[in-house]
Amino acid sequence: MKVPMSWFNDYTDISGITPKEYNEALTMTGSKVETIENMGEDIKNVVCGKILEITEHPDSDHMVICQVDVGDETLQIVTGAPNVKVGQIVPVAKNDSYLPGGVHIKTGKLRGVESCGMLCSHEELGLTEADLSWEPEYGILILPEDTQVGMDIKDFFHLNEDVVEFEITSNRPDCFSVIGLARETAATFKRPFGVKKPEFSENSENIADTISVTVENPDKCLRYCARMVKNVKIGPSPDWMVHRLKAAGIRSINNIVDITNYILLEYGQPMHAFDLRHLDGGKIIVRDAADGEVIKTLDEQDRTLNSNDLVIADASKAVAIAGVMGGFNSEIEDDTDTVIFESATFDAVSVRLTAQKAGLRTEASSRYEKGLDPNNTVPAIERACQLVEELGCGEIVGGMLDVKGNIKEPTVLKFRPEKINAFLGIDISKEEMAEYLRAIEFIVDLDKMEITAPSFRPDIEAEADIAEEIARFYGYNKIPTTLISGEATKGFYSPMQIFRKNLSAALTAQGMNEIFTFTFTGPDEFDKLNLPDGSTFRNVVKIRNPLGEDTSIMRTTMLASMLRTLSYNYNRKNEAASLFEISKVYLPTEAGKLPNEPEKLAIGMYGKEIDFFDIKGVLEAAFDSLNMKGVEWKQLTDCPSLHPGRAAALYKDGSKIGIVGEAHPDVCKNFDIDIPCYVAEIDIAGSFKCVDNNIKYKALPKFPAAERDIAVLVDKTVAVGDLEATMIKASGSLLESIKLFDVYEGDRIPEGKKSVAFAISFRAVDRSLTSEEVNKVFNKIVKDLQYKNNAQLR
Amino acid sequence: MKQQLEEIKKSVEAQLASVQSIESLEEIRIKYLGKKGELTSILKGMGSLSAEERPVIGALANEIREFLSGEIDKKKAEMAKVIQEAKLKAEVIDISMPGKKSEIGNLHPLTKVLNEFKDAVIGMGFQIAEGPEVETDYYNFEALNIPKNHPARDTQDSFYVEDNIVLRTQTSPMQIRVMENTKPPIRIISPGRVYRSDAVDATHSPIFHQIEGLVVDKGITMADLKGTLETLIRSIYGENAKCRFRPHHFPFTEPSVETDVCCFSCGGKGCSVCKGEGWIEILGGGMVHPKVLAGCGIDPEVYSGFAFGIGLERLVMGRYDINDIRLFFENDVRFLKQF
Repeated sequence: MKVPMSWFNDYTDISGITPKEYNEALTMTGSKVETIENMGEDIKNVVCGKILEITEHPDSDHMVICQVDVGDETLQIVTGAPNVKVGQIVPVAKNDSYLPGGVHIKTGKLRGVESCGMLCSHEELGLTEADLSWEPEYGILILPEDTQVGMDIKDFFHLNEDVVEFEITSNRPDCFSVIGLARETAATFKRPFGVKKPEFSENSENIADTISVTVENPDKCLRYCARMVKNVKIGPSPDWMVHRLKAAGIRSINNIVDITNYILLEYGQPMHAFDLRHLDGGKIIVRDAADGEVIKTLDEQDRTLNSNDLVIADASKAVAIAGVMGGFNSEIEDDTDTVIFESATFDAVSVRLTAQKAGLRTEASSRYEKGLDPNNTVPAIERACQLVEELGCGEIVGGMLDVKGNIKEPTVLKFRPEKINAFLGIDISKEEMAEYLRAIEFIVDLDKMEITAPSFRPDIEAEADIAEEIARFYGYNKIPTTLISGEATKGFYSPMQIFRKNLSAALTAQGMNEIFTFTFTGPDEFDKLNLPDGSTFRNVVKIRNPLGEDTSIMRTTMLASMLRTLSYNYNRKNEAASLFEISKVYLPTEAGKLPNEPEKLAIGMYGKEIDFFDIKGVLEAAFDSLNMKGVEWKQLTDCPSLHPGRAAALYKDGSKIGIVGEAHPDVCKNFDIDIPCYVAEIDIAGSFKCVDNNIKYKALPKFPAAERDIAVLVDKTVAVGDLEATMIKASGSLLESIKLFDVYEGDRIPEGKKSVAFAISFRAVDRSLTSEEVNKVFNKIVKDLQYKNNAQLR
Repeated sequence: MKQQLEEIKKSVEAQLASVQSIESLEEIRIKYLGKKGELTSILKGMGSLSAEERPVIGALANEIREFLSGEIDKKKAEMAKVIQEAKLKAEVIDISMPGKKSEIGNLHPLTKVLNEFKDAVIGMGFQIAEGPEVETDYYNFEALNIPKNHPARDTQDSFYVEDNIVLRTQTSPMQIRVMENTKPPIRIISPGRVYRSDAVDATHSPIFHQIEGLVVDKGITMADLKGTLETLIRSIYGENAKCRFRPHHFPFTEPSVETDVCCFSCGGKGCSVCKGEGWIEILGGGMVHPKVLAGCGIDPEVYSGFAFGIGLERLVMGRYDINDIRLFFENDVRFLKQF
């Protein structure tokens, strides 16, 4: 909502308040000021001057020397403009003047002749043709003959005006009006406030003799007032009105339409003007539209309505969509003779639904949908009549038609000052509270201790609302700042929250960087992941109104987001990336129910010398650091997104908790990556279950360990993990650790075989081991390896 | 004999003064103090002394022996020190060469600031609540006093999954979920992802993060809301951060408040960061609406509470001077490594 500041002086007094003070004060009482702009801020020292004499320039054939009367003196000004004539009134930028764009004009010499300023074109004043009521010539701007000489050009164009732009919240329809904001202004600065009752004279006829108003749906039309103006003379509006409308962002059309728009701004009451010629049967009927009824609105669009929409109709057809837009068929024309003014209140939800359905959000509908005051219709329509009289554009017919629908009773609340003080944490008297409330037209009865909210405040429903009114005029910043008292509560992270935090720490400690990706994606990413048509991952939560296809479904796997991020980095020439994310996937349940949102850890890596065992190592180290026990790694050959020979599934107690591996080369290609990359997706809840919190100190060894190395020759296909399992089983309680230190194929190794070497450490807690003891175990290991894994000692 | 002893002492002292190497020093020790050394042989000859002389000379011999042995050790230590110093000098390295750094990864800047926030509120007795992102219309809107067809729904363009299921547009539904399941006193925050149908640009993202806060107990006041928010703002923006509270409107709080922090870029004078206002809006909040409390089965005549919501991205952008929200979700490692 934009308001030229001087308009407030019609209802209160804002003298002596600077724009900066105004901005701060109104913002702090809840009418947030976005900006205050001075329209003529850039123009200084430019006046209207009359050309008295023109002489030729001695040294130039395209320049002339003008003597210009600027009121208090006559200035000599040299100009090159082709259109100046003696007697014209023109804008004169005097010595030391400023024009838009920071142009500074000073006295100087032009080809040896002194020039004490500059004559201006409309462009030089920052104006466009739309700012003028006449067509400008090429060259200097010629002002009307009756313009007062010496007048500041900003006064001539009404540029000397601060325009305030407010952010109005949806609960304050009353503030979508100049009067409403003037009320807030007056209360903020503790200045007087009043709106004069409109006065005008009516002729001896009666509107009821010409037309009737019937409201068929009193739930949707809470009040309908109509007045009639005859002998209308359609023409332009006076300057002051054009200027106020323009400053508020509304273009002038003609006097009658401008009056309705002026009332919209001043009272916040949408009005409509019908041409009586087009109202068949002398009837105004407020009714539900018929299903399929079509109306062409003022913007010349055909709108198809249904029975949920409310229309204004005459005896035969709809002439307006109630509260949204008038019909093309009843619009005011240049030869309109008799006008019917409508000032009505329609149900907020009904207007909102109709406007939404039609995709038509108008100045009227955006006010109605917040809930307007039925008591505002009469003063608004009377003010319109007063303006008709003031502008001399018609004769007001006697009487007003006023049909009331189902209007809500005013809200009366108990006044409990002690409760309000306790709620806000302040301590002020009930008289002070009453003063704040009365300034914004609440009725406070200190005998009955009751508060009645004015009817233009539909937002006031409960004591908390009253508390807010008091708080904002007392001053939010005067309310003390205290710490929460009462029963102490214990703040802590849940075990799961600690787990996630520790997991992130274990990953960052290994050089992994955390990422945040979008949780919605496009169905094509399943194709990129090589997932077959029937894959369960393709069963998704769909967004009905997505921004685009690529953000239309909630993800069921985090692999695509991770691969997309790896690709983003790879294609920006980042040599290596090691990334992780702990986030959610969204798995549909059944219609009408919320999906499951399990959490996953995603890991992704690429870079020089990165292979499967890097990503495996990252996970193993993280698991160790979190004391996760019992995670089994099994070869995974059938995940379509992963390399069939370089992938693993992770299990805990037989249930799968994740997958890890090299991305399938096709998948890499689909994501525009042409080097191997490695990904993992691990279930967070599943991992959390692996955590062994039962940590007990084990005494440090007092006796030395015995070390033995072993190298065996096995078939290439034998898994190192299986060899380890055999050795663990064979060695019993004396085994301390087994470390793989070499796997070798090639020279001196038979085809189809590999050599695998381990360092084994044995230790007993209570004694030094003898070599006989160690040999016995070692021999059992060798025997078992041979027996179970067909391994030959090298 | 006494004289012999004195001479040995003098002779050793003289040689020590000019000795050059640890090896020659050792030779001296052996020559005089060794098993077959001169002093030892003198002591061996003590048997020929009278009973009166013997203890006197014995004492003298031991004294000289100890003295010389001490002198030799001293000399030896001095020389070892010189040698070590020369060695250390030779071992000088160029410490300006790079360290053998093991690369440590980074938490995302959104996590970093959120963690600080969590730590701050946990110290104030808060717990952290978590809940669904795909949410019912009831929790996202209706229970928060935003009925169907309420104009406030306009400002939060929602993604719909079904007629009554949306991607949550705010973390506020967690207020309801917590109040339905917890008896006051309640002190929680609930950070998380939220979704709004905004096209992506430098300041808008259809997915972003909020931190919801909720306190409900007997006797909670608006002054408590201000005190809590001020403490939190200081913990994030520093002890000298200035903030202001101004009235606003949210359907689920009454009175409602928006909180601005004094522009960290210009200090309040007005600049491009704060769009000339001198203040930057960082959060919204208010006293929990009595209808919302009652809807969760909490008697508003007995209990009161406050709630607040903070946009995490804006907080982090202000903190690190990040000028484009898209950077958070592109995850370029050159961006991620900066925090």
